[in-house]
Amino acid sequence: MKLSHIISLLNADILVGQAVDDIEIDSAFGSDMMSDVLAFDVENTLLLTGLINQHVIRTAELLDVKSVLFVRGKTIPNEIIEQARNAGICLLHTDKTLYVSCGILYNSGLPGCKRR
Amino acid sequence: MQEEITLEPVLKETCHVTKGDFASAGSVSSGFKRKAKQLGLDTSLIRMLAIAAYESELNLVIHSLGGDLTMEIYTDRIALISEDRGPGIPNIELAMQEGWSTAPEDIRALGFGAGMGLPNMKRQADNFSITSAPEGTKIKMEFVLK
Repeated sequence: MKLSHIISLLNADILVGQAVDDIEIDSAFGSDMMSDVLAFDVENTLLLTGLINQHVIRTAELLDVKSVLFVRGKTIPNEIIEQARNAGICLLHTDKTLYVSCGILYNSGLPGCKRR
Repeated sequence: MQEEITLEPVLKETCHVTKGDFASAGSVSSGFKRKAKQLGLDTSLIRMLAIAAYESELNLVIHSLGGDLTMEIYTDRIALISEDRGPGIPNIELAMQEGWSTAPEDIRALGFGAGMGLPNMKRQADNFSITSAPEGTKIKMEFVLK
């Protein structure tokens, strides 16, 4: 699924990122626990989370996760936006909850990712 | 003439990890990952190495009194070694169970301490060994270069 389609489905804002038409997403993972994210195969995965801190971006960077979506309409501090920009991570933002966001994406055909 | 076998690593890097320094957690792993990329290693191997290093680094920050993380690069494998100064793991069998965690609430609030660290490290590596005593814990992981 194209990232641009995900943005449209979730009515999301783009905080960092360009050429979202060119980014292909194969699966999604929703979690506020970065420890759990580390245990899954997240290649070409969109990470959805309501956890807002620098470790989200650091975890994404280490796992080569290229797209992160913050849910529940939280305000994203500028330093996290800058960190994502420096790491080359596409950063999105939606008012929808984690549950609803995941439900919409799953219902639209985007599968979950597998355990390593 | 018999070929000389070297047991010394081609490259070795050791970095100190400070107890409780959560703000810096991940910086050593990022450095190791960068080094592995520079060496042109396979992408999936780099990711496994990065995950194992990050889990080790987080454990050192969250659970240990401080320690060192070492990456050794050999011609046929990469070794990742975590050595701390205590306080040791009282029950390794329990610690290896997914979901078993002694991480404090403030660490969980930051998104870590789900009890996945040690089992995940074991899953990434081709070889995994752990020894622990009150004086310190040593974990060695090896990744075979194919």
